Amino acid sequence: MNALQLTLLVLFAVFPILYLRSPKRPALAFGYLRGLVLTLACIAVMSPFAWLIAAAFKDKSVFNEYIFFPPLSEWSTKTMNLNNFRRLFAGQTSVNGSVYFWQYLLNSTVYTTVTTCLQLFFASLSGYALSKYDFKGKRVLMTFMIGSTMIPGVLLLAPVYKMFVDLKLIDSIPGLIVTGAVSAYGIFLFRQAIMAVPNEIIDAGRMDGCSEFGIYFKLVMPLVKPMSAAFCMFVFLAQWNAFFAPNIFLQSQNNLTAPIVVRNYISLYQQEYGVFLAGTLLAIIPPAILFFALQKEFVAGLSAGAVKG
Amino acid sequence: MQSVVELEAGTSDPSGEALGSRPKARPPRRYYNGKAPYVFLLPYLVLTSIFFVYPFLRAVALAFYQTNGPRSKVFVGLDNFVFLLQDGVFHRALVNTIVFTCFSIFLQLPLALGLAMLLNSGQSRWERRLKGFFRLMLFAPNLVGSIFVGVMFQVLLMPRYGLVNRTVHALVGWGLEKHWVEDPALVMPALVLTSLWLYVGFNMVYFLAALQSVDKELEQAARIDGANPWQVFWNVTLPSIRHVVIFVVILSTVGSFNLFELPLAMLNRTNGFGPDNAGLTLITYLNEIAYRSGDLGLGSAVGWVVALLIMGVSFLQFRVSKVSED
Repeated sequence: MNALQLTLLVLFAVFPILYLRSPKRPALAFGYLRGLVLTLACIAVMSPFAWLIAAAFKDKSVFNEYIFFPPLSEWSTKTMNLNNFRRLFAGQTSVNGSVYFWQYLLNSTVYTTVTTCLQLFFASLSGYALSKYDFKGKRVLMTFMIGSTMIPGVLLLAPVYKMFVDLKLIDSIPGLIVTGAVSAYGIFLFRQAIMAVPNEIIDAGRMDGCSEFGIYFKLVMPLVKPMSAAFCMFVFLAQWNAFFAPNIFLQSQNNLTAPIVVRNYISLYQQEYGVFLAGTLLAIIPPAILFFALQKEFVAGLSAGAVKG
Repeated sequence: MQSVVELEAGTSDPSGEALGSRPKARPPRRYYNGKAPYVFLLPYLVLTSIFFVYPFLRAVALAFYQTNGPRSKVFVGLDNFVFLLQDGVFHRALVNTIVFTCFSIFLQLPLALGLAMLLNSGQSRWERRLKGFFRLMLFAPNLVGSIFVGVMFQVLLMPRYGLVNRTVHALVGWGLEKHWVEDPALVMPALVLTSLWLYVGFNMVYFLAALQSVDKELEQAARIDGANPWQVFWNVTLPSIRHVVIFVVILSTVGSFNLFELPLAMLNRTNGFGPDNAGLTLITYLNEIAYRSGDLGLGSAVGWVVALLIMGVSFLQFRVSKVSED
């Protein structure tokens, strides 16, 4: 029996002991068991992250030698160093001259930020229109939107690609941004959230002479802030990590986004796991910061979207 | 979300009134009859016409052609669909996708619900305080893109050195030399395991949000009337959160049918196919046919099949839940 098995055995053995000590009031024992199961689940979910951090800093020569970090006695620049990051940030020569990793991060940031803002604006505006107005064609439009969420996006890529080649929009980040500026799914989320806004507020705004856009922008939007935060988080995550469409649409080295470049370190010809994992670690940081900042609103927005639905 | 589900079945209650807690949200049209909603919807309509309707119609038409790159195009009628009916590789992709979907719905969602219920049942003060922390930890994998996750798990599942194999070996004494991504029998378990890590926390957040809105007094009343915990769960808790359950089930189904980037990254040595096509999914097949071999016609036919499957399954799931409700 090894240490891991022993620890688990002891941890689980505490439960029957607690239970037998006071079988009439098992709350403590069950509370302990709950905590234990959740903690183990958390450890299982978190350990790949610990492994990732270690792997990003480990030298190539000891990549497989230690599961996580090497023991402290083994720490030296030979085992732990920044070589992976150095390789990642070294310039890559291409027909566009030397391109540095900063460029890809900048591209990713621009692409993700602009797409998120556009999606937020269009989705909330359309969601507002669908929730607070009656107009001709509304039901048809909504049915169409539901249907559109079921079509796999991969299917549409080829015709769009061809159209972009004809329009000479290929290999440009703005071109890629407009393809992903609207989503029916987002409109539904906002429609659902804006439904909960009382009509009295809108009527009052109208009586006070507010324009229709003013009502949306000044009265309704501040009331659906949690939904907006949750939606931004979703879109940001999806776009920041987007791989397939950018990989097809962007071609010049200086236009690529970070996921494409990082992924190129793992191919049939080279397998630089250390460099790849260093890039992965860096790619997690922006969404992690955003998630920590928006956590409360995110959960509230998600709850609002899910519970009301 | 309810409205998404409702409209699929064509019921006539788009205002979400069924839950009864909120006053009926009727559009305040007494004061307004202008063009504003059309203007507000204009950006969506324009962009969706260009980047969805037009390519969609092209793709629909293409399914009846055999193409070889963008230049050559021959009308073949239903031949593409006939080919798919006979193609063993396509059948394999279909079966793999369905198996993966079943695992998502019958393994991953119950696990997510179980974790959510564990998190939600803690009543003491420190348990409530820790709730946010646990939720944060379990959600964290979603911050990593599936391309990154695929390669990460390729390494984590390595024989002898991988973290998973080492842990399993330390716990039960075997499994150190398992070649997860090279053994046809283990490729699907590897994909399921990876998606479990990635999505359990995500679905758990939805379930947790729903559970928090369940009427505690109703559960207590059932308990006082002598219902055991299982009966309380089955007859009180689950019906109260059924809207969210339907929503999450449909979301997972659509997601599973679109599974593509994860196997592509994880099985990159075989272009996402896996040994003996064991990791081949419908979208990977579509990608291979349409973009790597250049037969956009056949690729579009595959796209048709996927879209029809998603619609059919979503509709079926909704029907089943509707029937079980009555």
